[in-house]
Amino acid sequence: ASCVQHCLVVRDASSLQVRQIYTCLDQIQYLEWSSDSLFILCAMYKRGIVQVWSLEQPDWHCKIDEGSAGLVASCWSPDGRHILNTTEFHLRITVWSLCTKSVSYIKYPKSCQQGVVFTKDGRYMAVAERRDCKDFISIFVCSNWQLLRHFDTETQDLFGIEWAPNGCVLAAWDSCLEYKLLLYSLDGRLLSSYRAYEWPLGIKSVAWSPSSQFLAIGSFDEKVRILNHVTWRKVTEFEHPATIASKKTIVYKEVEKSPSVETERLFFPPTRALASSLFSTQSKYEISQVPVSLQYIKPVADRANPKMGVGMLAFSADNCFLATKNDNIPNAVWIWDIRKLKLLVVLEQLCPIQCLQWDPRQPRLALCTGTSRVFLWSPAGCMAVQVPGEGDFQIVSLSWHSSGDSMVLLSKDNFCVCYLEREEV
Amino acid sequence: MGDWKTITVPVLSSDSKNIFQYTSERKRSPTSMNSQVLRLPLPSSKNMHSFFSAFCTEENIEQSISYIDRELTTLGFPSIYVESKGKELNIISIINCMNELLALQHKNLRAQEEVEMQHLKLGSDMDHLQNCYAKLKEQLELSKREIVGLQERDRQLQSKNRNLHQLLKNEKDEVQKLQNIISSRATQYNHDMKRKEREYNKLKERLHQLVMNKKDKKIAMEVLNYVGRADGKRGAWRTDKTEARNEEEMYKVLLSDYEQRQKQLLVENAELKKVLQQMKKEIISLLPPQKQKPKERSEDGLVLSDPEEDIGELNKENMWELSCETVREQLTNSIRKQWRMLKNHVEKLDNQVSRGHSGAWNEKDVISREDHELETEKLELEIQQCKEMIKTQQQLLQQQLTCDDDTTLLLQDCYLLEERERLQEEWRLFREQKKNFEKERRSFTEAAIRLGLERKAFEEDRGTWLKQQFLSMTADCKHSENVTTPSSDQDNWLVKSTSQQRKPPSVLNGPVSAEPCQTSQYITHNSAESKKIAGDSMPNLWVESDDKEETE
Repeated sequence: ASCVQHCLVVRDASSLQVRQIYTCLDQIQYLEWSSDSLFILCAMYKRGIVQVWSLEQPDWHCKIDEGSAGLVASCWSPDGRHILNTTEFHLRITVWSLCTKSVSYIKYPKSCQQGVVFTKDGRYMAVAERRDCKDFISIFVCSNWQLLRHFDTETQDLFGIEWAPNGCVLAAWDSCLEYKLLLYSLDGRLLSSYRAYEWPLGIKSVAWSPSSQFLAIGSFDEKVRILNHVTWRKVTEFEHPATIASKKTIVYKEVEKSPSVETERLFFPPTRALASSLFSTQSKYEISQVPVSLQYIKPVADRANPKMGVGMLAFSADNCFLATKNDNIPNAVWIWDIRKLKLLVVLEQLCPIQCLQWDPRQPRLALCTGTSRVFLWSPAGCMAVQVPGEGDFQIVSLSWHSSGDSMVLLSKDNFCVCYLEREEV
Repeated sequence: MGDWKTITVPVLSSDSKNIFQYTSERKRSPTSMNSQVLRLPLPSSKNMHSFFSAFCTEENIEQSISYIDRELTTLGFPSIYVESKGKELNIISIINCMNELLALQHKNLRAQEEVEMQHLKLGSDMDHLQNCYAKLKEQLELSKREIVGLQERDRQLQSKNRNLHQLLKNEKDEVQKLQNIISSRATQYNHDMKRKEREYNKLKERLHQLVMNKKDKKIAMEVLNYVGRADGKRGAWRTDKTEARNEEEMYKVLLSDYEQRQKQLLVENAELKKVLQQMKKEIISLLPPQKQKPKERSEDGLVLSDPEEDIGELNKENMWELSCETVREQLTNSIRKQWRMLKNHVEKLDNQVSRGHSGAWNEKDVISREDHELETEKLELEIQQCKEMIKTQQQLLQQQLTCDDDTTLLLQDCYLLEERERLQEEWRLFREQKKNFEKERRSFTEAAIRLGLERKAFEEDRGTWLKQQFLSMTADCKHSENVTTPSSDQDNWLVKSTSQQRKPPSVLNGPVSAEPCQTSQYITHNSAESKKIAGDSMPNLWVESDDKEETE
């Protein structure tokens, strides 16, 4: 599904054929599929309206008007029948039910990066709240929206919460002014708290491993610390120095080269394909010899939210690899082997990395840097794929299909789908 | 002397001119050198003339002579007067005195020279020393200046050091201050944040009220038709029961997770325990047999016995999957002990190797590396030699197989002959044995025939004897029944009895019990030739009947 201004266009994933077109009342700002893929919600924040469309019945429509309350965020519940709207100024979260006429309100939600999280199985929802200058977490049962647990957290300013994939542990971390990570079990007990250091800026990003065995914490001191789920203590630290000296790491460097022009083949007027290939530069990966020094950027010291520290963390689906990005070295992706707890590969690109995502089935990483190339890495090797077409297609973000066979590449105005062939075994 | 003279004799100057002329002439004659030297201290010749003439003139000759005499005698010279008479001059003594005076004068001149030389030397020494002194003074001055300069520098550096220390202290104080400021500011900011948050909350509350007050006219949901729930169920009311059920569900989820984790941990634990046990066994097997001191042996013995016990225990434990503290501790402790022993052993070996390496080997069973290498070399040589031998042998064999026909045939013939002779010998032996066997067999058959005949005879005798017995017995009881019993009937009956003898032989015991001794005697006689040895009386009979059966 994609939206263009007022219209919502639904296409078929394998053929990109248009299936439906719906029109909304206003420019769509946010778009989400329901978990059973039967409904799509379109949120228009300016007007405070959420419209829901059904795939099966194109005539069915639903409109939720928040009116004066305003709308800041909207999302589906895991069962696909409730919509959670966050009103302006984070006054409250309204839970609209599509099945019944009931409306529930959640008061005092916290306006932080990740305030509402659902467990993987969709049973429980954790909401970060703040009352009287104190942070609380409420756990709701998604089936009937009953409050299960409500407890306070020892944070100064709760920044984010995240469920472990097994749904039993909730990680909550403080804002970057303080390095503090708290782990709560499902019934609200504090299991453990972790604090690496006191004064410098703290946690930037957090990621659970798919087996819930490890919790990776990326912080502003350019390090990733990994906690284990048995003792909740640090297992190891990963550093991101600007010079890579270890002989066991492979460094792939993106290298641009312009294709050589074969003078014999030139004929006038040049064909379009030839012209485009003349001006486009190809890039491929080359293995650089260790030691390699990467481009290191020191951010301006007097600005808030400096571009330093580990900003992106992602575990692969098979729990074997961890991809990290150090914002001080924005052109490189570091891939760590979790089984050996060592640095495996560093991918050095020419431009800063915009987005990276693992294949949901295999240990394959796709990343884009804002150029018209998407880069893929797997333990077998890595490659750069050029998006064919005329003009520049600056890939800004990408997203894998859940089967791992294709992915969507998004640029500012367009998107394209990249299909990956499965190897015949 | 000149000076002295000038003092005493200015009065006599006019008188003594002549004598002085005289003496000065005399003096001038001997040596020119003397006169040269004399010239120096003495006044000039003119003066000398006047001087000499000044002392003695014609008028005061006697006075001057007596004066001279007086002087000479005071100086220790002999008088110039003749001793006996006065006023007569002893020319010899005068001459002697003059000579002596000259000698004195010479001596004095020499002494003067020496003194002058010394004087010069001393003068030059003095100059030299003065120079040295001056130089040393200069050096002293210089070093003093240097010292002063260095002291100055030292002072400057110390003051710098003090300044730096001071700066450091200042910086530290500043840092401390800044930290305090930071913390105080942090608290201040927190407080301000809280205040602002409270304001903000108040605003939110207000807004909330306003929003709620608007009675949701605008806030509404417009749905064409309600959608069924994803799982098809109907919505449930919120009651306490549902709450309880929620709690239950939650706890179930948690418990299942914990159980899973515990299972995993148990599996891991069991694997690790297995690995530990294996390790322990391997360590025990690696350790050398304890043959050293008995003290150690007792320890090791204990330790060795412990692991076996432990193994036994643990095996039992593992079977029941218990994991009590004591068992775990035992296992880990025993492994630690074994590991320590192994480590010690390895260290000992290392030491031995290093000692052997350095060349000093005290113990017999230590094989130094060089020896080891030598041994290996030797062995390799041997191997080579053996290989060569084998090769040569193979070659020889080949030669044998493929060499000249004559030689092969000869060889073969030789072998064949040898074999044939052997075989012949064996044949001979075999034939002899065969003959012997034949002889023996014949003798045996004859003996058997004889035996058979004898047996037959014996049987007949026995039969008749039994018949008689029987007859005699039955004659008492029954006359008519068993009269016509030939030996065959008797035999048949006996056979029957023998066939029945397998079963409890209670039937025959009666009639035959009377004659066990006699029969046994007879039978033992016979059985000496037969192969079966008789024991008891009853078995004798049965044996006899067995024989009978066989023969029949």
